[in-house]
Amino acid sequence: MNRIANLPGSTGISYVAIAVRASIVFIILCGIIYPLTCTGIAQLLMPHNANGSLIKDSSGNAIGSELIGQKFADPKYFQGRVSSIDYKAEASGSNNYAPSNPDMLQRTRDSIEAWKKDNPDVPISKLPVALITNSGSGLDPHITPESAEVQIPRISKLTGVLAADLERLVSKHTESRDLGVFGEPRVNVLKLNIELQALLK
Amino acid sequence: MGILQIVIVLAVLVALVKPVGNYVYHVFSNEPNRQDRIFGPFERLIYFLIGLKSRAGMTWKKYALSFLLTNIVLVAVGYVILRVQQYLPLNPNGIGNMEQTLSFNTIISFITNTNLQDYSGETGLSYFSQMVVIMMMMFTSAATGFSVAIAFVRGITSKGETIGNFFEDFVKAHTRIFLPASVLVTLLLVALQVPQTLDPTLTVTTLEGAVQSIAIGPVAALESIKHIGTNGGGFFGVNSAHPFENPSPLTNVIEILSMWALPASLPYVYGRFAKNRKQGWVIFSAMMTLFLLFLSLIHFSELRGNPAINAMGIDASQGSMEGKEVRFGIPQSTLFTAVTTAATTGTVNNMHDTLTPLGGLGALGEMMLNVVFGGKGVGLINMLMYAILGVFLCGLMVGRTPEFLGRKIEPREMKLIAVAILAHPFLILVPTAIAFMTDLGRGAITNPGAHGISQVLYQYVSSAANNGSGFEGLADNTPFWNISTGLVMLFGRYIFMIAMLAVAGSLVRKQWVPETVGTFRTDNKLFYGILIGTVLIIGALTFLPAIVLGPIAEHLKLG
Repeated sequence: MNRIANLPGSTGISYVAIAVRASIVFIILCGIIYPLTCTGIAQLLMPHNANGSLIKDSSGNAIGSELIGQKFADPKYFQGRVSSIDYKAEASGSNNYAPSNPDMLQRTRDSIEAWKKDNPDVPISKLPVALITNSGSGLDPHITPESAEVQIPRISKLTGVLAADLERLVSKHTESRDLGVFGEPRVNVLKLNIELQALLK
Repeated sequence: MGILQIVIVLAVLVALVKPVGNYVYHVFSNEPNRQDRIFGPFERLIYFLIGLKSRAGMTWKKYALSFLLTNIVLVAVGYVILRVQQYLPLNPNGIGNMEQTLSFNTIISFITNTNLQDYSGETGLSYFSQMVVIMMMMFTSAATGFSVAIAFVRGITSKGETIGNFFEDFVKAHTRIFLPASVLVTLLLVALQVPQTLDPTLTVTTLEGAVQSIAIGPVAALESIKHIGTNGGGFFGVNSAHPFENPSPLTNVIEILSMWALPASLPYVYGRFAKNRKQGWVIFSAMMTLFLLFLSLIHFSELRGNPAINAMGIDASQGSMEGKEVRFGIPQSTLFTAVTTAATTGTVNNMHDTLTPLGGLGALGEMMLNVVFGGKGVGLINMLMYAILGVFLCGLMVGRTPEFLGRKIEPREMKLIAVAILAHPFLILVPTAIAFMTDLGRGAITNPGAHGISQVLYQYVSSAANNGSGFEGLADNTPFWNISTGLVMLFGRYIFMIAMLAVAGSLVRKQWVPETVGTFRTDNKLFYGILIGTVLIIGALTFLPAIVLGPIAEHLKLG
């Protein structure tokens, strides 16, 4: 600490040389060696996770990633949250509507009207806010357990599956908080619908 | 469970401060210690490769010159790569070259540790650019900031002529902190389902028979350094809200602690350098107090929800869920927002544009003050700057020459500090005003009314504070925004760093004044109060009018 860089060679020019060489070394170390090493270890030890946690059907075709939400247009399936990008996962995003944005408020009112039409048996006072708001990513794979519950009367009516069976299905797929405390209880819509589809067949 | 999970994360953080702080102190104390045996050989190889023959200390001017030169070279290389990424390897999705002003903005954004993103990662960058430009700069900009902070601390706590050797600090920050920690966190994240692959975008046939393309890539490796280096630029457009970047509440907690542990332990490191740990804890307590204030504002505002939606007769008891993810809910979203704007990371797990007005105000406020923990080192320097200012004000009140850590604070230091303190609001308010006066600026606003003011204000606050989060509705990929925010980020970082190194260089040469009963102590409760008061008064005087026009007006209108 008490030595000072007054040795020969500590001039401005040599600083430039060190700066250039340091940049090259760290570009290679942090930009190439680091990510490739991480990729190698991850692919070797945890290939399922490292490749996007894909869900495959019985014949081995990928039907989705358990982490990425899908669009369910058919009302006999459980519906996910609002997605302004329609769950197109080559990109991600939402409208970034402010709480005061009139378009967002109109969209919410429209959702409530649509809900009344499709789910006459469930009053809107039970409709959870999470189900009719846009997720941040537009790819949210989850809904709250309440959001699944309120869809049961509709699905039961459309498919003929007993409400009690659907209840059981939802509670089976309700994931608790991580380590019992972090985050919120949630239901993976894709996994739930895969099992619902099996039930329909 | 809501508050409890927040309290647990806070408790873990506080428990981490001492061990992490001790480790960091030993990295930069330059006294022989056990770490040398593990990292020494690898570091000597790097010193040899970069041609660093002497690791003698530098004056503040040489230190500043060294870090500037290194950053300039990195900027030049990075810019060229973005402009020609189409012709480079590892581009399985065939992404084209990046446009000029966007490349300028992106490069400045990453070298200044801001990570404001006017592009969307999945469509704008090849894997090569994500690795060699983005990840590389996440390391090097963090190491630069960390080194400068340590040099500043050396300057105000030691005597002599030098504040350390930049290249040595820079290398050690990589080899002993950022690289090992990032590899560890990367593997932890992959174990918790964050992808890490070089395969191109996936295509699947959904349950309903539609085709879904899913962007993927080397996400985990970027995710870890993104937080550890308080960088914040996401692999994907929506950042840590994307289920691949942040698949579960557990990864959320890991990401929060990754970005928070180092900034939070820096005050403790400072206490060790000052040979008075109470000094460090006073600074830490002041930061934590301010943090809890802002966290409460954000949390309870989001929990209360959006009055306009609450009035629609649905079950809105969960709070404001627009722009948030179900797995995080309110608590994990608000904690993340409070930490990312405190630690100037700028990563987001919910869309800040959709925050309730007062929630958004909390995020804005933390970046406006820029002293609540702060990014790689910047927050600590800022807080110490306010500490010196506080001492100065108290000195004026009682008519004594102010002293800080046994050194007289004189006009030269105060002028430099005034420059640094005034630069921040100047860089925010002047461009904000310019943006409102021109069509180029106004045209980007996407939310009507008072919220539009918040959008513009947030963009420049985030740039000047080198945070990088955004009210992302703003249509900011235009030459006007790319260039103006690029310049704000550039000046926001370098004016401040150079001024602070100059203060350190000036203090390090001063005669020590022996401590007497008349010495104004800076390690007790009184000073803790003075520090918080100084920060809040200066912050409020500077930013209150802007805040009233934006978030507060929107809040009053929403009811």
